[in-house]
Formats: sequence, structure tokens, C-alpha cells
Amino acid sequence: MNATIASLRTRVVRFGQRLMHRPRIDLPLAIALLILACVGLVTLYSASDLDAGVIGGQAARFLLGAIFLLMVSRIPPTLLRTWTPWFYAISTLLLVAVVALGEGRGANRWLDLRVVRFQPSEFLKLSMPMMIAWYLHPRQLPPGWKDIFVVGVLIAIPSALIAKEPDLGTALLVAASGVFVLFLSGIAWWRVGLMLGALAGAAPVAWHFLHDYQRQRVLTFLHPENDPLGNGWHIIQSMIAVGSGGVFGKGWHQGTQSRLEFLPEHTTDFIFAVYSEEFGLVGVLLLLALYIFIVGRCLWIAANARDTYSRLLAGAIGMSFFVYVMVNGGMITGLLPVVGVPLPLISYGGTSAVTLLTGFGVLMSIHAHRKWVG
Amino acid sequence: MSGRNLKDTHGEASRFGVRALIGFALIVLALAVLGGRFWYLQVMRHDEFTTRSQANRVHLRHLPPPRGLIYDRNGVLLADNVPAFRLDVVPEQIKGMDAMLARLSTVVPLSGDDIARFRQSLRQHRPFEAVPLKFHLDEADIDRFAVNAWKFPGVDIAPYLTRNYPLGPDFAHVIGYVARIDEKDLAHLDADRYAGTTHIGKTGIEKYYENRLHGTPGYELVEVNADQRPQRVLERVAPKPGQNLYLGIDTRIQKAAIAAFAGRPGAAVAIDPRNGEVLAMVTVPSFDPNLFVNGIGQADYSDLLHDPDKPLLNRALRGGYPPGSTIKPFMGLAGLELGLRRPTDTVFSSGTFYIPGQSRGYRDDQRYGAGTVNLMQAITQSVNTYFYSLALAMGIDRMDAYLSKFGFGAETGVDLPSESGGVLPSPGWKRATFNQPWYAGETVIAGIGQGYWVVTPIQLAHAVAMLADGGLPHTPHLLRATRDGRDGAIVARPDPPEAPSAIRNPADFDAVRQGMIGVVYDPRGTTYNVGIRTGFPYVIAGKTGTAERFSRKGDEYITTKDKAILAARHRAWFICFTPAEAPRIAVAVVLEAGAWGGTDAAPIARKILDAWLATQPAPPAPSTLTAGAAAEQAKAGAAQ
Repeated sequence: MNATIASLRTRVVRFGQRLMHRPRIDLPLAIALLILACVGLVTLYSASDLDAGVIGGQAARFLLGAIFLLMVSRIPPTLLRTWTPWFYAISTLLLVAVVALGEGRGANRWLDLRVVRFQPSEFLKLSMPMMIAWYLHPRQLPPGWKDIFVVGVLIAIPSALIAKEPDLGTALLVAASGVFVLFLSGIAWWRVGLMLGALAGAAPVAWHFLHDYQRQRVLTFLHPENDPLGNGWHIIQSMIAVGSGGVFGKGWHQGTQSRLEFLPEHTTDFIFAVYSEEFGLVGVLLLLALYIFIVGRCLWIAANARDTYSRLLAGAIGMSFFVYVMVNGGMITGLLPVVGVPLPLISYGGTSAVTLLTGFGVLMSIHAHRKWVG
Repeated sequence: MSGRNLKDTHGEASRFGVRALIGFALIVLALAVLGGRFWYLQVMRHDEFTTRSQANRVHLRHLPPPRGLIYDRNGVLLADNVPAFRLDVVPEQIKGMDAMLARLSTVVPLSGDDIARFRQSLRQHRPFEAVPLKFHLDEADIDRFAVNAWKFPGVDIAPYLTRNYPLGPDFAHVIGYVARIDEKDLAHLDADRYAGTTHIGKTGIEKYYENRLHGTPGYELVEVNADQRPQRVLERVAPKPGQNLYLGIDTRIQKAAIAAFAGRPGAAVAIDPRNGEVLAMVTVPSFDPNLFVNGIGQADYSDLLHDPDKPLLNRALRGGYPPGSTIKPFMGLAGLELGLRRPTDTVFSSGTFYIPGQSRGYRDDQRYGAGTVNLMQAITQSVNTYFYSLALAMGIDRMDAYLSKFGFGAETGVDLPSESGGVLPSPGWKRATFNQPWYAGETVIAGIGQGYWVVTPIQLAHAVAMLADGGLPHTPHLLRATRDGRDGAIVARPDPPEAPSAIRNPADFDAVRQGMIGVVYDPRGTTYNVGIRTGFPYVIAGKTGTAERFSRKGDEYITTKDKAILAARHRAWFICFTPAEAPRIAVAVVLEAGAWGGTDAAPIARKILDAWLATQPAPPAPSTLTAGAAAEQAKAGAAQ
């Protein structure tokens, strides 16, 4: 008994030492993430009207995310691959639990385990691409209709559950992460075209299943000026914030739109508007460049991965990251409808920062186990 | 077959490379589109959005709901909203608040109270919200400020509705008053519902029905220019006014009751025994509630607080007095209902009653006693000995249990805040309060409403009303009906389900009623000589009470006839109901410094009954229980 404990302790200590001395991280990616986190904290400090408590909370989340990142980076991709079906099944079951046990009032995303409260949908952001990659990696690629169908079902079940919560933004992100795996697996272009056509045909059906408030958002997005003080308010105020920022911005903590509380949700979903107002087009382009660098680095890591599973997974995680930026940026500039998607590592709060950093942990692990250079 | 199943790992890797490259290109393209959008907004449309950002001053203006009005049962307005003007300050726009206030006070007089209160509410508002500085400006102030307004950016005259109590002191203790919301209120207020509201019900009906009276606020989205001047209203959601309340009180009875006291401190409550509606609720002296609405000055408040007659004390609701002999009808009823006495059982009153085995004597009012009396005569003549002996036979526990059915020792539940529950003496109460044991002598004096007894006028009025309605308990209430807005229907207050009667045998009530009729109509009755029966068309059943403020120290009888000396020692009670056979009004009157219940409190009650009679539309129905017959019966009872 004692021997077991002792050996366990040695293992933990050794793991810790390895974590400290030989972290398996990709330095360019880590530095880019660090810069992003710093930009996030600076912007948040302004958006929260210099609230140190908010910054402390966010920094604590980043720290927790960094710990997760380091820990996950130690797990070899082969082990991750073995766990994948379990991980996927458990997170989907938790989703079912949320939908079934939910209090049935408003948005129901949380599972309360007394000790911790969390959103199972966050797990899916990672377990979804893992599952699709796991399913596809032993099969003949590019996939045929049969595999595409199976993948479609694997994507549809959790996405539908999340959409039912209702959390359209997360459902979109989760579905996208699965679709990216399919895309990266080399699915034939003519099949892509066919499916896009089918999707366009199905849009009216999907419209039928949307919640009233979701439809309202889409309608408002199409004609924001029709409802300037109701749902259109967010879009208009956000566009005013962005547009009035100009080329060089109004300066840090000088954004009147958020300070005078015209801009709603200015520490969370609309923080990009605060950033754009205060740092202008120059700041925006620098930030977008940083995001492009991160996505590109992810794809580079993916291309150098050792096996199909790692490759597909790493690529999908990187591309999903882009979806966050695109949906959020599109939302605050009036390019896309208002969907509750945070700007990665900038928006305040939530488990999203922790989930994202854990995902990057997987990338770090894949990077550490990259191809033998031949 | 095997060739198709064999995985082409190298091909997969290279295909992936192509896909990743295409994907990356698409991503860069998409982000370039996003960047283009930013360029479009931040460069192409920059000027437009800069203008809009500067002009972006859509202000949300809260529209507080007009407070519900309060009427009496006939639609006489008791609480009204009248337009007034106040001075508002937007803190955000003031540079140097102290200097501004100093300059402003040379234009509009600002008292120390105004400024202190303003500074307090400053902390409760956000900097861009207007904070009221001075309420109820008079014409001269408005004119002077209007001329000097340009010197005071951020200070504005704003119209508002202020509460007004047209009948002032007459209803101060019933309606209560509204006053400015203070920090204590804020702790439990729904901030959204009270956005823009400055006043809240502090006492009385105004407090008890705050929720109904307040209404639902509305708002206005106002576009303002750079100087914060409103340009146009973009959107308006009208506030929903609070409910109008109709009270059961009849102003005519209320005023007559106040007049009857002629300024002597006391209280009176009249209740319709059939349903518990309060017809009048009077506390003398009173105060002007309008003083509190705009913030009462420290000097005025101090005067009210230190007035020896305590005008701020709500005597009808919170004034605690020993009930004295007014408890006797209830005691007598308890004796009958508990099977301890029959109506015909008699007791010999010699002037002094002794507990067997004890030497201390308990006195009758008449020095040599009233002789042999049954229950009716014991009530009519207020014979202590009868009740001493009854109390001893009953014991304090049964007395306690029965009298609590009539609401003694507990709040009546009338719809007013801060009611006092009084004291129904019991060993348990005494132990809890003084940690002392109970003595038999205390049971004896409790039997005549002395000792630890404390009742409030509303409590006694409720008990009398309950007795008058044959023991059916109706919670006394002021609210009679409500109305939503001016055009809504008047909705009567729903009657609560009927509770069981406290009287099992109606004959027991009859016996007590006969005794109470005797009080007024029997020549030996304690108010016979006062003549409150004279000229009243209905039969009145009543009971006097003269409670001593202090317990007697010596053994000597008080022989003085000096009313001033007696008044200093006594509290005078009178309770009554009429018509005796089918009561429609029950009254309790207490005069704090009254010599005798019969001579001092009863005439006040009669004036209340007269005022009530004048409000009754139908001429008096022929009585089945005429005054003459009542007197006959009373005599017959005495003869037995």
C-alpha cells in the first residue's frame, strides 16, 4: 500500500519536474497566445472601467488555462486517441443530462455538480473534432458517402442538443469543428458542392426550428435600422463604436461608446467593439494578424503531425479558432447576425478561455510528437 | 479489394497538406473580408460614425407612475396628487458642487435640511441621473431661478406630482403619509420599479398598500443635444398609475368623532360588525401629514416629538390601555359559555371581595356593594364582586383561552402597519416578561380588566364588533374597494371565508346583550344619568369602563367629585353597538384623561352614533326590541 503511494508520488513529482524543465510546447505559438492574453487583459481593464476585480478573475482563468495547457501537452496523442470515444460519449451524455434535468426556464447550459458548475457544451468543442478524427483516421480517405453520413450523425446529435439549450453560438462552433475535420480529410470537392447545395435548400426548414428570438436576431441583422432601440440597438451601437474609432482609435480607455454605456455587453461579446473604438483600424489589423499567425501556426503543426488522427485534430482546432474570430468580428461590424460567441482570449469570463487553452494543449502535444524528420 | 482497404498514409498526408493550405487561404481571405469591413467602417464611414458617436446621447428618462388616489367610502378624496415643481441637479454636469450650492442658495433659499438630504440622495444615484434638491418650489422661487437659470448648468426645474392630503390631520393616523425614499427603503426596494420615484409610503395606508398605490413606471427615450437639452422623444412607454383605493371610512363620522373629543387626547374606532369595515378611526390629537411629504424641518419635527400630548402616537392602533370594566361583558359571556354560570345565578356584593383564606380585600365601586346581582345586573351596574368571583372560579388559563378568541392579546390584523398587540395577562406571559410566578389575586383583578391588561382601541372595537355580530370574527379592515385608473371598474375587496363563531349558545349572547342594554336604559345603569339614550331611534347596548392608571395604595375610598383630579387618575372607556337587535355599528372610545367612562367617554360615542345615523339612508326600521321593552327586561332580570 505504502509502496503504491510512494511510487505514485514519485511519478507525480517526476511529471511535475518534466513539466517545469522540459515543457513540450511550441514556442512561437505559446508566445502568440501570451501576447493575445495580454492584449485581452489590457482591453478588458478599459472595458470594465478599470475594475481590478474583473482583471484578477480573468488572469486567474488564464492561469488555470495555462496549467491545463501544460498538463494536456504531456499526454501523447495516441493516448488521447484511445480515450476519444469515451470522452465524446461522456460529454454527449452530460449534454443530454443538461437538456433533461434542466430547470426548463430560459437558457439552460449549466450542469450543477454542487462542487463545480460547468457547461458540458464546452467539452464538445474539443471532443467533437477528436471524435470525428478518431472515426476517420483508420478509414479509407477521402471518405465516401457512408462515412460522411456517419460523421454527419456524430456532428448532428451534440450540435442539436446544444442548439436546444438554446446556445446557437456554441452549437455553431461545435458543428464547425466537426465539419473542418471532414474538410481536412480531403473530401471530394463535388461532394462539398453537393452538400452546400443541400444546406442552402434546407435553410428554410432550419428557419422553422429557430427560436423566436433567434429569428428576430437574423431579421434585425438584415435590417438593423428597422428596430433602432430594440434588437438593432446592439448592432448600431457597436458599428458606431467601431466606425468612430477611425484609423488610430480614440486611445485606451477613451472609448465613449462603452464608457457611456451605449454599448451593451462591452466586456464580453462586444469587447471587440471596445478594442476597435480605442485602438482603431491599426489595432484591429494587428490583432487580426496575430489571429492569422496563430491559425497558420496550428495548421503548420497539423501538417507536420505524425498520424492522420493528430493531423485532422490539430487542423480542426486551428480552424475552429478562426471561426470564433470571424463570427465575433462579423457580429460587431454588422457583417453577421448577433450570435453569442466570445472573442477568443479577449472577451471576459466563462470557461471559454480555459477550453481554448486546453485545446492548444492538445496542439502542443501533437507538436511534441510530430513526424520523425526524415 | 485489399487495395481499397489499404490506407495510403503518404497520400493522406499530402492531401492534408493541400487541404490545410486551401483552408488557410480561405481563412486569410475571410479575415481579409473582415479587415475590409473594418476599413469600410473605420475609414470610409469614419466621419459619419464620429458624428453619430458625438450625437449619441439618447437618454433614458424614467417616468414615475402617478400614485393611486385614496378615497373614503363615498368618494371623498383623502389623498391626492397635485402638480408641483422641484429643483433637479445632474451631478455629472456640476463642477464644484459646494460652490454651486452656495451660489444657488442666494437665488432659491435652501435650508440645511434640503442640502443634507440632497447630499444623502446624491450617493444613491448615478452621476448622470437627476437628483432632486428642493421639492415644492413656490412661484417666487421658480421666477427667480428662471431668470438666473443660465448661471446654473445642470440645475433644472422639473414638474412632478406631489402628494397632498386635503383633510390633513383628520386622517393622518389612518392614511399616514409618503416621504422621500431614504437609504433604509432602498435596501429592500425593487430598483427598476422605483426608478424615477422620489417618495414612498412611510406610515398608515400609504405604507400598507404601497404595492398597490405605486403603479408601474414607464420610460422615455429622449434624444438630447451636446448641452443635454432634449430634442425629441424617440420612444415612450407610459407609466401605469397605481390603484385607487376606497376606504370603508365615512369622512362625516370621522370628522364628528374628532370634533367630539374637543382636543382631549384619546381615540375612537367604529366598525361595521357585519363585515369588519372600519367606519371611523380617530386619534386625538393629530398632526398635519402634508408637513412630511416635502421633508419636515428639524424644528417642526422636534415640536411634534416633544409635545406632551404626543400627536405622533397612533392611539387607535398603538395606544395601550387597561380595558377596565369594558371587559366585563366578555368575562360574563365566558362564564356562561364555559358553563360556570347561568344567567340567573347571583352573587352577593357587599362592597369588598375576599379570596378565601386571604385577608386582602378587592373593592366594588359602590362602597356598600350592590347587593344580590345576576349577570345582567352585574354588567348593568358594573359590579366588580360578580366578576371577581367568576374570575376565581374560571381560573386564569380558561379566561385566557376564551378571551383570546375575541382577539385580546394579539394584533387584530387590520390593514395598517405597526399595530400593537396589547397584553392578555396569563402566567405564561408574566413568566416570559418578568420571570415571576402568577398569583391568584392577579386572576381576580384581571377579571375586571385591571392588572397587566393592555388593549388598543382597535382591539376593543374589534372585540365589540365581534360580540355584536354574535361572535363571528371579521378582521377589521380599512380597504373597501379598489379601482384601476379612472376608467376601471370599482372592485370590492373580496370577503375572506367566514370563520366559526366564538359563541356556541346564542342565548348566552342575549343575556350579555341585556346587561349592556341595561347600562344605557336601566336607571341603575352606569350611563343612565348621562342620558345618551335620549332621542336615539335605535336601542344602544353599551358598557362603560373606568380604568385606573395606577393601582391604589391605601384603603381609603376616593370621595372627591373634582373631575380634574379624577381625570388625572382615570382612563375613560365606552364601548357600544346599535341597533342592539341587529347591530350595524360598533364603537370603542377611550379618553386618556377622562374622569368616568359613563360621563366622559359615552357622550363622545353618542356623537359618533349620531353622525353615523345621519349617514344611514333608510328611516329607522321599527325595533323588535324597543327601549321600553329593554328596560322592562332589565328590571325583570334584576328582580330575579
